[in-house]
Amino acid sequence: MADEPPPSSVAQQPAPVIAPGHTLATVTDSIAQIVLTENKARSRYWLYGFAASFALMMLFFYAIGVLLVRGIGIWGVNQPVAWGFAIINFVWWIGIGHAGTLISAVLLLLRQDWRTSINRFAEAMTLFAVACAGMFPIFHVGRPWLAYWLFPYPNTMSIWPNFRSPLVFDVFAVSTYALVSLMFWYVGLVPDMATLRDRAKSKTARMVYGMAALGWRGSTKHWHNYETAYLLLAGLATPLVVSVHTIVSYDFALSVVPGWHATIFPPYFVAGAIYAGFAMVVTLGLPVRYFFKLHDFITDRHLQNMAKVMLATGLVVGYGYLTEIFMAWYSASPAEEYMVVNRVSGPYAPAFWALIVCNVIIPQALWSHRVRSSPFWLFMVALAINIGMWLERFVIVVISLSRDYMPSAWGEYVPTFYDWATYIGTIGLFFTLLFLFIRFLPMISIFEVRTLLPDAQASPDDDDEEEDGA
Amino acid sequence: MSQNATYEETSTPRVEDDEMYGVMAEFRSIDHLISAIETARERGYRQMDAYTPFPSHDVIHALHLPPSKLPWVVLCGGIAGAVFGYGLQYWTSVIDYPINIGGRPLHSWPYFIPVTFECTILFAALAAVFGMLAMNRLPTPYHPVFNDPQFLMASRDAFFLCIEATDVKFDRDAVTNLFNELEALHVADVAE
Repeated sequence: MADEPPPSSVAQQPAPVIAPGHTLATVTDSIAQIVLTENKARSRYWLYGFAASFALMMLFFYAIGVLLVRGIGIWGVNQPVAWGFAIINFVWWIGIGHAGTLISAVLLLLRQDWRTSINRFAEAMTLFAVACAGMFPIFHVGRPWLAYWLFPYPNTMSIWPNFRSPLVFDVFAVSTYALVSLMFWYVGLVPDMATLRDRAKSKTARMVYGMAALGWRGSTKHWHNYETAYLLLAGLATPLVVSVHTIVSYDFALSVVPGWHATIFPPYFVAGAIYAGFAMVVTLGLPVRYFFKLHDFITDRHLQNMAKVMLATGLVVGYGYLTEIFMAWYSASPAEEYMVVNRVSGPYAPAFWALIVCNVIIPQALWSHRVRSSPFWLFMVALAINIGMWLERFVIVVISLSRDYMPSAWGEYVPTFYDWATYIGTIGLFFTLLFLFIRFLPMISIFEVRTLLPDAQASPDDDDEEEDGA
Repeated sequence: MSQNATYEETSTPRVEDDEMYGVMAEFRSIDHLISAIETARERGYRQMDAYTPFPSHDVIHALHLPPSKLPWVVLCGGIAGAVFGYGLQYWTSVIDYPINIGGRPLHSWPYFIPVTFECTILFAALAAVFGMLAMNRLPTPYHPVFNDPQFLMASRDAFFLCIEATDVKFDRDAVTNLFNELEALHVADVAE
């Protein structure tokens, strides 16, 4: 069921990337006005959404406050399952972030111009997802005020981190990823900040956007270096995103725990990350498109393409599940074999079967053109994938740890109220940041959308070879 | 473009010759801009810059800009990162704090690859961003071209070309005439 190739392009004419009839001026104005002009109905929706997210973020602060006072004993983690929700959520959030980098960097290098209207949004999603992911390891170390011990710095204890540990790889990978994503996002924002600076009516807005724009004036000499930098950053972010989830999978694969010690983990984790991330882009993008009436910029073409990426990566992930089962049998290791039996019929079997339903069975609906072009059904499938990918991490982390080699050391993990509060709280943190982003920054890259318009194409004449960038 | 009425008034005060940054003209489309650049170059002008709402390779071509040197900066950043990353691990694990972990050799190089790789990417990316800003001399909060009130439109849908006073052939009237000849939408002196 799992390893067919992705579907070849449907015989229909693909929808355009931008609705016809737009000019440089209309594109600029319709995106900038979302940030710059008051709209009663829209502000009300925004306020409801922001208030709900903010309340959940307060739940996060409450859970963390209790954690700081009483210690991580308030979570359900213990021996043998010392890696409960904290690691599940860390991997889940990091994975969600990866689609942003994929859309902004990999699809840029592949010259997929449809990425242009969703990349800014997806990059913001990356940044906020990484911020949420970062919370978990920091608080899971137990004494978060000493979390800086993770970094190599000359200290009075005269010791250094152990660079042979994947947990130290993680520190470097995640902090590099966060920094590079931030820079990529900000560099992309600079010309649009100039657009907002020049359009803003209020003095404060002009000053703030003006400072963020760094004095950008659209000089061709600047664009020349800028484009080079942007392409190089994309080229650097592409191997980076693969390395980050590879290293996250090393946290598991470099151990000897049954079900973790597998060479399939890096590619399977990377595919899973893209899968989860695209699902999240769809989950967030569809409501935003609906409420902000962005149908001209996020067209059916985008929905089709994102659905196809989800279908393809979903099949890779399904293939990963099959490989795990096959390798458990092929390894002839009783512990590995038992791990599979335990997954499908042990105390956490419902989580495993729910995962199969969410990640393997429901997404098969995406073979249908009707489902791919229906925002409602696409949203439902994406929601199922989000849940499924979370369950996948639950299955990997908890089932393997709860029953490993020695039955005398088996134990079960039950998440507590504070586990759930921290997890749901980070969702609040994520949406709070996202609502602020939508309110104050252009969620579609204005200058990149301009390049797609007919007005931006010089009519071909005498001596022009098109590409020359980097 | 509601500001059409205002720029005439604001750009009339005559700028003294020694306070000139250049003469700037607005063109109605990217094709007009490119042919203006080509004509200006044919007439021998070299010190000029175009201002567009989006990056265009055709404009870069027309201005005959040399290839950006940024890739070399990024390469140096990447090499520095690799040396730093590997050096950090070698020095801490082999020289400063040699400790037996699971019987592995002190210089267990395959384990040092992931951190070396991440440092390479990080330093190269920092070099790309800060190198780009340095080469473009950003942040630059003040620039003479902002003196033209119509220039606000350069970040929306307008195409500008400015021939700068530093050009050896620069002459205010000649440049203004050239721009008028090229059907510029409006021509303005830009004060320093």
